[in-house]
Amino acid sequence: MDLITILLGGLASGMVLFIVSVGLSVTMGLMGFVNLAHGGFAMLGGYVIALSMNHWGLPFGWALLLGFVAIAALSIVLERLFYSRLYRATELDQVLFTIGLVFVMTASVTLGIGPTSQSIVLPDWLKGQTDLGFIQYRTYSLALIVTGTLLVFLLWLGFERTRFGARIRAAVDNRRMASSLGVDVGRLFTVTFAIGSGLAAVGGGLGAEILGLDPNYPLRYLVYFLIVVSVGGLGRVTGVFFAALLIGVLDFVLKIYFPKGGTIFIYALTLILLLARPQGLFGKKGG
Amino acid sequence: MSTSAAAPALETRGLCKSFGALEVAREVDFRLAQGARHALIGPNGAGKTTFINLLTGVLMPSRGDILLQGEDVTSLAQAKRVKRGIARTFQINQLFRGLTVLENVCIAVAERMEVGGSMLRSAGLRADVIGEASRLIEMLKLNEDAGRRIVELPYGRQRLVEIAIALGLNPRVLLLDEPAAGIPSAESHILLDAIATLPKDIAVLIIEHDMDLVFRFAERITVLVSGAIFAEGTPTEIAANGEVRSVYLGNAA
Amino acid sequence: MGASFTAAEQFARRHRFQWWETLPWIAALAAFFAFPNYLAFATQVLITILFALSLDLVLGYAGIVTLGHAAFFGAGAYTVGMLASHFGWNEPLSGLLAAALVAGLVGLVSGLVLLRTTGLTLLMLTLCTMTLLEQAANMGASWTGGFDGIPGLNFGKILGLFSFDVLYFRSQYLYVLTVLLGCFLVVRMLIYSSFGQSLTGVRENLLRMHAVGAPVRARLVIAYAISAALAGVAGGLFTQATGFVNLAVLGLDRAAGVLIVLILGGYGRLYGAFVGATAYMVLEHFLAKAYPTAWQIGIGVTLVAVALYARNGILGLAETLRARHRKQSVS
Repeated sequence: MDLITILLGGLASGMVLFIVSVGLSVTMGLMGFVNLAHGGFAMLGGYVIALSMNHWGLPFGWALLLGFVAIAALSIVLERLFYSRLYRATELDQVLFTIGLVFVMTASVTLGIGPTSQSIVLPDWLKGQTDLGFIQYRTYSLALIVTGTLLVFLLWLGFERTRFGARIRAAVDNRRMASSLGVDVGRLFTVTFAIGSGLAAVGGGLGAEILGLDPNYPLRYLVYFLIVVSVGGLGRVTGVFFAALLIGVLDFVLKIYFPKGGTIFIYALTLILLLARPQGLFGKKGG
Repeated sequence: MSTSAAAPALETRGLCKSFGALEVAREVDFRLAQGARHALIGPNGAGKTTFINLLTGVLMPSRGDILLQGEDVTSLAQAKRVKRGIARTFQINQLFRGLTVLENVCIAVAERMEVGGSMLRSAGLRADVIGEASRLIEMLKLNEDAGRRIVELPYGRQRLVEIAIALGLNPRVLLLDEPAAGIPSAESHILLDAIATLPKDIAVLIIEHDMDLVFRFAERITVLVSGAIFAEGTPTEIAANGEVRSVYLGNAA
Repeated sequence: MGASFTAAEQFARRHRFQWWETLPWIAALAAFFAFPNYLAFATQVLITILFALSLDLVLGYAGIVTLGHAAFFGAGAYTVGMLASHFGWNEPLSGLLAAALVAGLVGLVSGLVLLRTTGLTLLMLTLCTMTLLEQAANMGASWTGGFDGIPGLNFGKILGLFSFDVLYFRSQYLYVLTVLLGCFLVVRMLIYSSFGQSLTGVRENLLRMHAVGAPVRARLVIAYAISAALAGVAGGLFTQATGFVNLAVLGLDRAAGVLIVLILGGYGRLYGAFVGATAYMVLEHFLAKAYPTAWQIGIGVTLVAVALYARNGILGLAETLRARHRKQSVS
């Protein structure tokens, strides 16, 4: 495989990592909440998308929308009922609660739908190869790259150009200051949590091709999502974007050239990076 | 150890600290005499707690020197300064809430006696540590509460534990950060008594908003405004100082 | 003088053995005779107790939240496995000693590096360290057997006297029980010592601990290394008792599992590890096989409930009930 092919493959999986992780980064940055169940929302979303397509024949786009809405709604319910009660709890309690939640999600899916992995049948226009002039490449991967890039642009606009985004940035930088200036951080969190979970759901569906989709998804990729978030810096959209691309490409390359445990370098690099810069590559110091 | 008897217990020279553009300590030249009863007052945000954090090594100064008994401790870490005899209480209680009063004080005494890392003997069998902790508890009239956990104590009594812990470090300089904060005035006399009976050889610096307490206790007062020393003198001088009145006392009244 | 004296007396008496502290050991011996056919399983329970006990030292006492404690269990397990398969070093006790040393060293080095951080970063770093070791074990197949691990290990006689009982696990059980007792006594001594008090101090109030001049990081690193060594012993016992070692000893499953066990039992309570491991594993043994998904839901819901309502686990609940009972009988 030549360099560009590998790069494109890595970018595509990096985009998936980004779409799933970005919400986690913002909510962790906002509340410092250790949400190990984030991958669970991606998994549930993936299932909603896959099942609605396979059983109801919903078109891909509508299924993605349905996944987003359903999981965003679910996350609002969970946030109001449980998460909100643990904002001030210790990390340990948050870890326990979210691990428990993952167990419930995983087991419920196994029980209700089965332990086998689900696949998403892509619409025809996303199948096959596209000629880029200099190279032929899988249409779907290219579509992922375009989608991810568009998304980061949109999110960046939302963060930098809207009042809502300004509030989030303020609250990520200094929650106490922001709330004393009249920002309702609790509500802000509910909304970002819902959007973040919804995006994770979309990521779960979009990424089913690359990451697979089965009940063990949340725990299998937990470390990856956490690495992306902590390398990117908590609450930094663009940081998560570059971190996700970095990890995606690195992972892709390592798996091709060192199929046996080459990913060890990712963990080693993360370890070294976090020791040198606990705030991540793109995070602000003390932010 | 060249501790000259003439040296002040604690001294700062040209002490500066800034967070970015924000200057929280500006050229502070401050002297705390041996055995002093000294108060540091100033409006909110004047940098009083920052000053204590600089003295104890929680914060490192941007410039300037800190001398303890005439020796430069500017670059020493917090723990090392404690060993040299500087102890503090906190504005908001910082106690081991799940432990008993006795255990709280014992932890401090054990650290001072350098047995905090000892693994083989049960902490409850260290007669020397417990004896001294009990003595301090008695001195602060906390006997009744010695076996109770901090969470079970009213706030005022918790404030006394703060002082007991600091005294357990056998300090030569004691920094009290608003010791009366959060205590109902009906109970504050216990605290006043406790402060009045502190051993005379300890130099005490107190930050306090309660002017009654300040004037009753202090032999010398320093007024801090915007991170810089605004005025210093005896209580009578400070009370007579018109500028201080307008900057601080006027606002508080 | 009176009340202070009582407090001091209470403090002095606290570390003394209570009569009920013999109960776990009596129960363990009774189980040996009562369930001769379950001793392989019971041995696993004892190993998990030791593993959870080691975690309690850092999590329950020093307040270090880690997601990577299986790193040390795995280090011990692989040490014993590799010594036996590559060097024919199959003497059990010295194998355990080697496991403790290697795991303790891993704990010391990683602790020196990691414990500079706190909170989320620390959580991530412990997780990364463990995954790193897992990947290393996966890669170094010529030493570790890679994904398949090292099966079919044989070990020598314990103290040159008792050979491992492949069918009924009798000698393994008693051997593991004895090691557990020894390690337990060490942990018990530590937590009641001044060192243990200062660890509790770090957990209860870090700021104050710095302000009394305690060398906080050094204390934490030492506790972390000791805990790692104990986890290594548990891992070593696992390899010896089962005769194999594979990647499962190092994974997130095991790290999360031991955390759950300890939390369910009640952390920072010395006996939480005993209660948690026994309750969890016995339930798992009977329920998980028959109803695996329902079991997982049950554990999930329990964790959620514990995080929300019962932060001190089974022992915490028992204490609350006893306190309530006492209050009622007084009034």
